[in-house]
Amino acid sequence: MFKYLKQLTSLVAMVAVLFTFTTESMAAKKSKTLKNTQKKGFVRCGVSQGLPGFSNADAAGNWTGIDVDVCRAVAAAVLGDANKVKFTPLSAKERFTALTSGEIDILSRNTTWTLSRDADIGLTFVGVNFYDGQGFMVRKSSGITSTSQFKDGISACTNIGTTTELNMRDFFNSKGIKYEPVAFEKADEVVAAYDAGRCDTYTTDKSGLAAQRTKMSNPDEHIVLPETVSKEPLGPVVRQGDSVWEDIVRWSLNTMIEAEEYGITSANADMMKTSDNPAIKRLVGAEGELGAAFGLDNDWSLRIIKQVGNYGESYKRNIADTGILPDRGPNELWTKGGILYVPPAR
Amino acid sequence: MNFKLKDIIPQLITVLAVIFIFGFFTYNAQINMENRGIDFGYGFLSQESSFDVQFSLIEYDGSHSYFRAYLVGLLNTILVSIIGIIIATILGVIVGVARLSPNYLINKFAAFYVEFFRNIPLLLQIFFWYFAALRALPLPQDAEAIFGVFFLTIKGLYVPAFIWQNLSIFLYSLIAAVLAIIVIKVQAKKVQEKQGKQIPVFYISLGLLFILPLLSFFIGGVSLSFEVPALKQLATTSFIYEGGVSLPPELIALTLSLSLYTATFIAECVRAGIQGVGKGQKEAAASIGLTPNQVLKLVIMPQALRIIIPPTTNQYLNLTKNSSLAAAIAYPDLVLVFAGTALMQTGKAIEIVSITMFTYLTLSISISILMNWYNKRIAIQEK
Repeated sequence: MFKYLKQLTSLVAMVAVLFTFTTESMAAKKSKTLKNTQKKGFVRCGVSQGLPGFSNADAAGNWTGIDVDVCRAVAAAVLGDANKVKFTPLSAKERFTALTSGEIDILSRNTTWTLSRDADIGLTFVGVNFYDGQGFMVRKSSGITSTSQFKDGISACTNIGTTTELNMRDFFNSKGIKYEPVAFEKADEVVAAYDAGRCDTYTTDKSGLAAQRTKMSNPDEHIVLPETVSKEPLGPVVRQGDSVWEDIVRWSLNTMIEAEEYGITSANADMMKTSDNPAIKRLVGAEGELGAAFGLDNDWSLRIIKQVGNYGESYKRNIADTGILPDRGPNELWTKGGILYVPPAR
Repeated sequence: MNFKLKDIIPQLITVLAVIFIFGFFTYNAQINMENRGIDFGYGFLSQESSFDVQFSLIEYDGSHSYFRAYLVGLLNTILVSIIGIIIATILGVIVGVARLSPNYLINKFAAFYVEFFRNIPLLLQIFFWYFAALRALPLPQDAEAIFGVFFLTIKGLYVPAFIWQNLSIFLYSLIAAVLAIIVIKVQAKKVQEKQGKQIPVFYISLGLLFILPLLSFFIGGVSLSFEVPALKQLATTSFIYEGGVSLPPELIALTLSLSLYTATFIAECVRAGIQGVGKGQKEAAASIGLTPNQVLKLVIMPQALRIIIPPTTNQYLNLTKNSSLAAAIAYPDLVLVFAGTALMQTGKAIEIVSITMFTYLTLSISISILMNWYNKRIAIQEK
């Protein structure tokens, strides 16, 4: 009996080794970020320091917002639980360094996708979760209703380290208006200074203006001017060089948008498994082997839809119902007159 | 020989260890940056910055280079440091002397000031002076003129601008006055050493400094006029002042908080210095017939300064470094403009942070060298 024990143990060991080889897929081995995330048991996500509707923490420390939901979707796909996310609030200045240095794995912080950011500094933008544009907020009492009424000497409050700072210069230069830029490090100080009357106008992305307006001492005293002076496609960012992780984040976001297109919601996702439409069946994991390409199981997209919801649910919960921007504008699906259009999941 | 080797080896090991650690981190950073596709280089400094800065001592806008933006930030840091150091020193000396005053009220008030301001974190004080002042100051259209020409508003302090005619002649007359004062001072010392006679150099100097530039107005054709700020309407409820010079509230709040904070430490240095001079010195000086003013000027202060200068140097360094808190209230200093905006727009974190660190190091060392030189001058000359 003991004679064969040695052989038996080595056989068990061999089987075990073989088993680990087969379970750990090629994708997981290629993606250091995915492997580390699964080992740690949470997704490390960089968010803003508080922008209602996008990423904002309540008194109990629960993060909500459409940027937050992107990270939750990835956590649902990769770890099976949308709550397994560690959020790191970052200033505009810190965000890219935090990502490139490996402190976070996803930056989902109302960040504008630009050529130089994508190409230069070791970042990869994976998609757009909000189409925005820069606007101006003024006091109603000033009587200004259009940016064409701006005059020389106007002072404009904004954040440093943003595309806003550059667009502002482009805008005022093209109109030939001399202006005084007052740039703060944190959004809260921008709001406080503008609210106190330090600046005549507050400029940032229009969604940001709408969100920050709710923080003013008297929101009704301020209006956002109708003009949009720039394109600001906001979306999640990952580090360059881990294409599997990049794909996971991209397709987690795409899944949310496509789910809305096919009418799959967190409530009806399970029932959709028996749908006649193969595209729907693929999205809820009842057909095809889509998850395998990332080294994930086949229910990854179903978990996203069930735990986080589709894009429309996320938008309604975070931005429309909170009164920030009830009108979806360009952030409506392409089938309904907006520009949200994602490649098919197949 | 053996003895020497024993001495050198630990030092050699230390140096090697330091080199190894630096080398290790540099190598690591290089590998990491390569993996993430980040280039390293200082070429960006000559690129167009394409962002504007609120307040600049040199001509600057977004069409200038990042290097020029760096200079703008550096000059703004130096500006706030110099003004802060001057105000903190004056205030510190006054409060330090006041703490030694036999007058109960003055003494206690000075003590209260020191304890209050040095025990509250500086960043909080900066926020307080900025946001409290912003809330308390009037809007431009409601501002009352101070002396008819100054306007202190939420958008800044507006002061009249000087408009000079023949400014160079005025400056020459000033230089001439300073030269004359130096000559008189040297002569006065000679006279005193030879004949024991004292010449009132101070009053003569003051007179010269006043009369010579005044003469330039009458004879040299110098004239000075003022451009007084005037209210301008931008929109129904939006106004600014045009003309004159405007000092942004960020600069005022930052200078105020830095000076008030640092002055408390300087006051303590001054108090320590004066108390450090033996009582006998004062009594001895008085007993040989020196007037109280002479006692202070010729006996107490020269000795007290030796105690005051070294710790005060530290305070000057602290003030300069603390000025980097400016970023919190939008004063465009080196940290906000260069380590903030420029870093964000270029993504060159390592380059920009290293330049910024090196700049602060240079600034601090310059102040140290200057103060050490002064300290040596007033130190006891051992023969």
